[in-house]
Amino acid sequence: MKKVFGRPKTLKPVPYHYCPGCGHSLLHRIVAEVIEEMGVEEIAIGVPPAGCAVLAYNYFDVDMGEAAHGRGAALATGVKRVLPDHLVFTYQGDGDIAAIGTAETVHAANRGERITCIFVNNAVYGMTGGQMAPTTILGQTTTTSPGGRVGNRDGFPLNLSEMLAVTRGSAYIERTSVTSPAGIRATKKAVRKAFEIQLKGLGFTLVEVLSPCPTNLKMSPIEACRWVDTEMVNYFPLGVIKDVTAPEEGKNAH
Amino acid sequence: MKGSIKIDSSQCKGCAFCVEACPNGVIEIGAKRNAMGYFYAVVKKDGAKDGKGCTGCTLCAVMCPEVAIEVYREER
Amino acid sequence: MRGSHIVAEAALRAGCRYYFGYPITPQNELPEYMSRRLPEVGGVFVQAESEIASINMVIGASMAGARVMTSSSSPGISLKQEGISYLGGLELPAVIVNMMRGGPGLGNIAPSQSDYFQATRGGGHGDYRTIVLAPASGQELCDLTYKAFDLADHYRTPVLILADGMMGQMMEPVRFPVLRDVGKLPRKPWAITGAKGRKSHFIRSLILDPGQMEEHNWKLMRKYEQIADAEVRFESFKTDDADLVIVAFGTAARIAKAAVKRARNEGLKVGLFRPITLWPFPKKPLQEVAKRVKHFFVFELNAGQMVEDVQLALSGQSDVFFYGRPGGVVPNPAEISRIVSRQFFQKEIG
Ligand SMILES: Cc1ncc(C[n+]2csc(CCOP(=O)(O)OP(=O)(O)O)c2C)c(N)n1
Ligand code: SF4
Ligand SMILES: [Mg+2]
Repeated sequence: MKKVFGRPKTLKPVPYHYCPGCGHSLLHRIVAEVIEEMGVEEIAIGVPPAGCAVLAYNYFDVDMGEAAHGRGAALATGVKRVLPDHLVFTYQGDGDIAAIGTAETVHAANRGERITCIFVNNAVYGMTGGQMAPTTILGQTTTTSPGGRVGNRDGFPLNLSEMLAVTRGSAYIERTSVTSPAGIRATKKAVRKAFEIQLKGLGFTLVEVLSPCPTNLKMSPIEACRWVDTEMVNYFPLGVIKDVTAPEEGKNAH
Repeated sequence: MKGSIKIDSSQCKGCAFCVEACPNGVIEIGAKRNAMGYFYAVVKKDGAKDGKGCTGCTLCAVMCPEVAIEVYREER
Repeated sequence: MRGSHIVAEAALRAGCRYYFGYPITPQNELPEYMSRRLPEVGGVFVQAESEIASINMVIGASMAGARVMTSSSSPGISLKQEGISYLGGLELPAVIVNMMRGGPGLGNIAPSQSDYFQATRGGGHGDYRTIVLAPASGQELCDLTYKAFDLADHYRTPVLILADGMMGQMMEPVRFPVLRDVGKLPRKPWAITGAKGRKSHFIRSLILDPGQMEEHNWKLMRKYEQIADAEVRFESFKTDDADLVIVAFGTAARIAKAAVKRARNEGLKVGLFRPITLWPFPKKPLQEVAKRVKHFFVFELNAGQMVEDVQLALSGQSDVFFYGRPGGVVPNPAEISRIVSRQFFQKEIG
């Protein structure tokens, strides 16, 4: 019999430190698969965040340089300006990219920085123990929104991807999920497209991935996936948000 | 099509994504714990009883967060 | 040539091809110069959205193996502290220029030296040190900037050039060193440049295991000890026969030097000791001077910061007087020589 599925070579044979059913685990594999399939492991440079994925450099078998919390897009800018022909990607959680790193991300997009941000939206601060994130949905309880998030007190769920699509420098932005085989396929396609557009030099690219954090949602892994599919998507609709390579009518209105 | 899977039980954290993903009901969470302390996924002994058994469709492996499943398919 | 331009041109000649910054007075001439000059030599200038972003861009460029620089003035340097701590922890070379202005808070744009503590103690978190160079002339702005890149690369550590608005604005003639061939700079095998023909590697400062983190800290400390042994710089001016020695750096040292000449004309035996490296502080050379001299007069454009290092070095064995003008006030040499003569009179020196 022929092997039809196994570990990509770009993912080191190291067990993850992530919780059972964590979306980070799935997304790591997806990104590693795309790097391997595109054959770009020698030019890929990853930028891990502060967040549950802080140890991402232990897993990806490509060069990696750690960023301070939220500064991924700025650090990646520095790398990319020195190595313009390399594939430079950041890997960031929602708190990292959409709270503390908002300015760095918006301006990297606005400069049309030729980098790809892999944005893992799990609606909480996973690493620090489940506090409210910029993407926590209304009514969702977290350790710092014990009665549920209230918009005009705690702020509303922030749609960073839609914000970034408005910038003229962004080339490709898509929101997907990793809660089903179809979602995983879509995510893989989106990551590949983002990388390709980056290498073509068309501008800033980002893939936002809705991702289960069963531990902090206090659900079973499968329940957490269903919560993402039924609740989270109401605030963060899936699909292509911007694609400068799409035919005219499919293009974002901006 | 006939296929088979190999689950690395030492890596499994028992999330059961594979159990849900398999269209043929081939996998279940077993009664034993691994070294990490998780009840891990196993191929059902009578996997082909009610369905057609493993077809090598890869859906379980696609959904496995731990990259603990390898899938094999009969070449035709 | 203008001080800020001297620093920029010297950086370029040292092989710096990347500059990331954010405007703030009184150092805007530096990024302006870079924005024009760098593209001429195939370099990159980016005006970032903040000092935080620019220092993190510096980190990225440094990780990728480039000679890279940023500059700012006091409030902006406060924002850069996050990145400076990371540069220290990640062991990355970079050159950072601070053209100090009056503070705290927004303060003013007048020349000041009130960031001495921030610079020499490390304004960021963690056990780290930053090499701090304090030029006092146009030529030194040039030479120390040029040198800063070599020091940064050699020790894999951030180097801070600590000057002030006055140094940045003043016009002085300067002789530039040769333009380095960027291709011939020492290689950096540790850089992240893509895992081509070698195993992949990573650069990180996260070390969760306390034992390993401690070892990393001791490793840094051993490096800092090496620097402290090898890189101390200072100028001694007329200290051999002096009864009183002024200790001052940067702009204050220029004023002090003129004051020394005035005092000498009045027959007072005054000298000047000028630290050029503020960290490592020239402790031993100062102690040498203290074998002959009992009276020290620390003059700073702040409310008293370097004076603590002088007191520490002299450990109570000498008489240390402090005179400072904080807030951006720059006294003239006459004022300093007047205070010095009063010191002579009061202490019955000489
Ligand atoms: C400057 C700074 N502030 C706070 C932290 C603490 N911190 C680490 S990760 C994190 C949030 C992580 O949340 P997110 O980005 O959503 O990633 P997740 O863990 O959910 O994947 C915080 C607040 C830090 N490391 N640095
Ligand atoms: S806390 Fe959440 S995001 Fe972090 S590893 Fe666990 S499941 Fe994943
Ligand atoms: Mg999160």
